[in-house]
Amino acid sequence: MIEIKNITKTYNTGEMDFQALKGVSFTIKEGEFVAIMGPSGSGKSTLMNIVGALDTPSSGQYLLDGKDVSSLSESELAKIRKEKIGFVFQSFNLLKRTTVIRNVALPLLYTGMPKDQRLVRAKEALASSGFEEDHYYHLSNQLSGGQMQRVAIARALVNNPSLILADEPTGNLDTKTGEKVLETFTRLNDKGHTIVLITHEYDVAMHANRIITIRDGLIEKDENIKH
Amino acid sequence: MNWIDLFEEIYWSLSANKVRSFLTILGIVIGIGSVIAMVAIGQGAKDNIQASIQSVGSNLIIITPGAQRGVGSQISSGRGSAQTLTQADADAIKSSVAFIQSIAPELSRRYQVTSRGKNTNTQIIGTVPEYPDVRKVEVTDGSFITSKHLSSNDKVAVIGPQARDDLFGIDAMAVGQSIRINNIEFKIIGVTKAKGGSGFSNPDSNIFIPITTAQRYLAGDTYVSTISVEAQDQESMAAVQQDITNLLLQRHKISNPQAPDFSVLNQADIVASASSITNTFTILLASIAGISLLVGGIGIMNMMLTTVTERTREIGLRKAIGADRKDISSQFLLEAITLTFSGGVFGIILGWILSLVVAKFAGINTQISLSSVLLAFGVSALIGVIFGYYPASRAAKLNPIDALRYE
Repeated sequence: MIEIKNITKTYNTGEMDFQALKGVSFTIKEGEFVAIMGPSGSGKSTLMNIVGALDTPSSGQYLLDGKDVSSLSESELAKIRKEKIGFVFQSFNLLKRTTVIRNVALPLLYTGMPKDQRLVRAKEALASSGFEEDHYYHLSNQLSGGQMQRVAIARALVNNPSLILADEPTGNLDTKTGEKVLETFTRLNDKGHTIVLITHEYDVAMHANRIITIRDGLIEKDENIKH
Repeated sequence: MNWIDLFEEIYWSLSANKVRSFLTILGIVIGIGSVIAMVAIGQGAKDNIQASIQSVGSNLIIITPGAQRGVGSQISSGRGSAQTLTQADADAIKSSVAFIQSIAPELSRRYQVTSRGKNTNTQIIGTVPEYPDVRKVEVTDGSFITSKHLSSNDKVAVIGPQARDDLFGIDAMAVGQSIRINNIEFKIIGVTKAKGGSGFSNPDSNIFIPITTAQRYLAGDTYVSTISVEAQDQESMAAVQQDITNLLLQRHKISNPQAPDFSVLNQADIVASASSITNTFTILLASIAGISLLVGGIGIMNMMLTTVTERTREIGLRKAIGADRKDISSQFLLEAITLTFSGGVFGIILGWILSLVVAKFAGINTQISLSSVLLAFGVSALIGVIFGYYPASRAAKLNPIDALRYE
């Protein structure tokens, strides 16, 4: 489903070029739960941006559901993100002073779906992420960190994406809450969702079925985890 | 994203910052409000001036004696102005100029008027029965001078309400009483309706007598001080004015039309020059108000730029979940337009209230024209587009990766 073929990414920082990815290849099949792990500066953020269709590689090929994403224009990338990818961020990135339900339905706003249908889908997504039903109309800034991340997960689920991309989803949570959020990902994976988790913590990565370790722009290790 | 969704998004983001949205709108409200009020006041003042000029009479052409010219001419000592217009001129105009509705020569001068111990100094107008038609004078009590009074040089008078108040007391019964003008006794046969006005030329203190009587008993000659001519309609005024000028030049044997010994004033000219003065003032006031509108627009841009910076992460998120440039730019542009447009609506209300207040306390009959309201709407929306475009395009160009990391 995801085919990364010999991808490189070079940033031009003025005086000298900096190669963040130096030829990375891997394949992720549908229904996998993969953790991409590596210390900061390893190139994992760059890889996440490319996998998330936020950025394009300098060379190499990226096939998402058989479609070549590596050379698309800005608005074509936006369309890919809208249809195929759900994001979960470290800092949640919820709209402030906005109800939970509106936050979750936000991605559907850009799909042209009618409002009542958007709300139905948002409620389904909130139920899947395990968010308490009586809080649907609370404002986002009244929630706890764990609740916020559940809302963010629901938002990532709402457009029924091929891939859920979670960037350090537990980074702003305490261990216990983080644990619960990771359990949610495991549960979603059991239901068939493909999940890519980016983290620098081994404990977090251990929740996945497969860990790809990146170091200095190259894949260092690609191992399956038996639970 | 459809329009309803777009407006819902805008409603949420503007109401999330109510105080700031309100303060930003305020600049536009004051700008639009003052433009509306200034134009309304200017229009009202113009109408006031026009109405007061029109109240003297409609389609009116006024002929007055001009400067004395040439060697050996007399200096007028009696009437205070040149004696170049005569009763014969008036008769000639009446008989040979076409499109004249009516003509009223008059002989005016100030005299001392007395009645039973009270006295006043006022304008005595010797005139003809046509005068009320030409100069829009109405008689409330009794009647005006008739041609019979004229032919028999009767010593009768029609007095203005102010003159009556001065001579007989407020609202006293004047018809049938007598007054002495220049020590000659006149019988009052009518009182005119109040017209308003004040100062030296208060029309309500005029006293009208037959022109023949004035010529014979008061002046002692047949000169007239003004000839008022009412043209049949607006269109014929220019022709009538030209014909009168030609006729009088010929009668007075003046070869150089640049140096006549009379002047012919067209009422339309007076209205036009008065209108141009009020127009100038309206434009002046509206431009000052327009500057405040411009400042308000810059305020909108400032707020939108701040908003874009503050909401960088939100923009990044929206882009990450699939919004493209058009979605982002239309949201921010429409936010700016919504702000300016609602500022425009409140501004029109404010301007309307302001002009009502001015109408109540300054006595100017202000008028809000539909065109100025439509213009205000148009301008406020346009300001939104102009000052919202730059912030919106800045928001749309943000890179989602950088925007999401923005602290």
